[in-house]
Amino acid sequence: MSQSPFFVNLDQIFVLLRHWLVSFLPAAWQPAAGVLLSVATIVCLFPALFALTTVFERKGLARIQNRLGPNRVGPFGFFQPIADGIKSLTKEDIVPLSADAAVHFLAPVLLVVTVFMGFAVLPMGRNMVLVDMDAGLLFYFAMGTSSELAVFMAGWSSRNKYSLLGAMRAVAQMISYEVPLLLSSVVVVMITGSLSLTKIVEAQNHYTWCLPHWYIFTPWGFAGFLMYAIATTAETNRSPFDLPEGESELVAGYHTEYSGFKFALFFLGEYVAMFSISGLGTTLFLGGWSAPFSFLTWVPSWIWFFSKLMLSIFVFIWMRGTLPRLRQDQLMNFAWKFVLPMCLLNLLVTGLWRFMGDGWLRWVVCSAILLLAYAGLGLGEMRRQRLGKRSYRYAE
Amino acid sequence: MLGEGILKGMAETAKNFFGSYFSAERLTTVEYPEQRIAPFEAARVFPFLVFDGADYESGLRCVACQICEKECPPKCIFIEKSKDKKPDALGRLQFYPARFDIDISVCMSCQICVEVCPFEAIKMDTEYELSTYDRFGALLLDRKQLAKSNEYYRQIHPTEAAGVDAKLAAEKVKADAKVKITAEAKTAAIAGAGA
Repeated sequence: MSQSPFFVNLDQIFVLLRHWLVSFLPAAWQPAAGVLLSVATIVCLFPALFALTTVFERKGLARIQNRLGPNRVGPFGFFQPIADGIKSLTKEDIVPLSADAAVHFLAPVLLVVTVFMGFAVLPMGRNMVLVDMDAGLLFYFAMGTSSELAVFMAGWSSRNKYSLLGAMRAVAQMISYEVPLLLSSVVVVMITGSLSLTKIVEAQNHYTWCLPHWYIFTPWGFAGFLMYAIATTAETNRSPFDLPEGESELVAGYHTEYSGFKFALFFLGEYVAMFSISGLGTTLFLGGWSAPFSFLTWVPSWIWFFSKLMLSIFVFIWMRGTLPRLRQDQLMNFAWKFVLPMCLLNLLVTGLWRFMGDGWLRWVVCSAILLLAYAGLGLGEMRRQRLGKRSYRYAE
Repeated sequence: MLGEGILKGMAETAKNFFGSYFSAERLTTVEYPEQRIAPFEAARVFPFLVFDGADYESGLRCVACQICEKECPPKCIFIEKSKDKKPDALGRLQFYPARFDIDISVCMSCQICVEVCPFEAIKMDTEYELSTYDRFGALLLDRKQLAKSNEYYRQIHPTEAAGVDAKLAAEKVKADAKVKITAEAKTAAIAGAGA
């Protein structure tokens, strides 16, 4: 389909802009300057998106609870993040006397740095990827896993029981859900045959009639996406998996002893991690920057990427407004008894899909296996336990 | 089936989310400084002194008996009895408070002073917007700041004030009758002595 040059240019506007800006520099500096420019854009864009999301989240959650939400600062309360930012900058930065000052300082920095590193390999539009790495997915997960270290550093260096408990919960949770996260993404690699995220998007950027070949529209992709969504919710410590910072029992979990801008950095890191992991989910299962219908391909690719990303964020917020926090044992049960077996089975199903060839048979077989497993595991492992009336030995 | 409850819950929250934009009765929030709810009749914040008539100095019902000062659990009341006496509403000569201070930063709104007062002189206010920049001086209320008219009392606690008014009126009738009887006895005695 031939497109008008206007839309092609609009699609590539950021790429062209970068070329134009860099062209003023001597040729020897151009590659480095180009990369720096892209990095600066990413580092500015996502905090801005974070600021916007905090308002939307607070307003959305409020509406879910039939409240009004913030509406005092600026029109409809949209300048709230500015007020929050100024507040966190002017607050006193307290480091506990017995804390390990160096590690205490490094933890939020490490978190933010590793979280931002993930964006290096995410294709945010056609030709819009900072580093087109062959093993992009591997790099992404390596960076994503490092954020656990930051969380544990924060908890350990604070010398506070709540921080340490929060950090221990965080590590237990993140490691438990790291396994399903990787296993649910591996299916995409099995089908695409590449770890490169740009190749994964390209593999999904085809259309039958007007419908796209996104991986979520296959049985294994759908199951994989569900498992991925669960695992990412746990990875980013979002409700209902927000045990590491469960405020009703642990004050604020691992960042109890952080105040002022360091706390703001943790907050930022958490949200940017959410963006980044939603971006990866979009890339792996929702076709990245590709349009949802073939007749909409003229819309710039980056618009699709960011709309899908914000849609995922909306679902995150919606889940947070709906579900209560899990207990630690429920969390572990769910990871090891349900999500992990489903992920392993999904590997098998993906293999079947790959080698059964085209036709309707593989749809039936793969869907049947996954549905049966889902129902079976749900009835068997996840059934509600009838524990009977609770009896008290001492407190009668 | 696993996940059914989650879907149901998400449907419920989605209903709330969209419903709150369409039906006003869902939103129970009162945006306080602009919108207010009238205080409940039984609401109580801090005590005030009731006075009759137009002038608070002469109309204060308080006779400086200091029962409230002694009963106050956090000891936030300070009273200085007057040296001279003034006639009260019933015409009897009574002491009056030369100073009557309540430190509302100490007061715990227990209403014990109101319960123990035999003269219906101290009552609970419903005024709650008392924040100030001076946390020592401005929160120590003196006689003048505490004095509020009986009309105000009727306005904020209508039922209670009606009862109090009836009681005081009955006392006044009784006192007047007594005065009349003593006066008659006196005249009779004078007449008898003259005869």
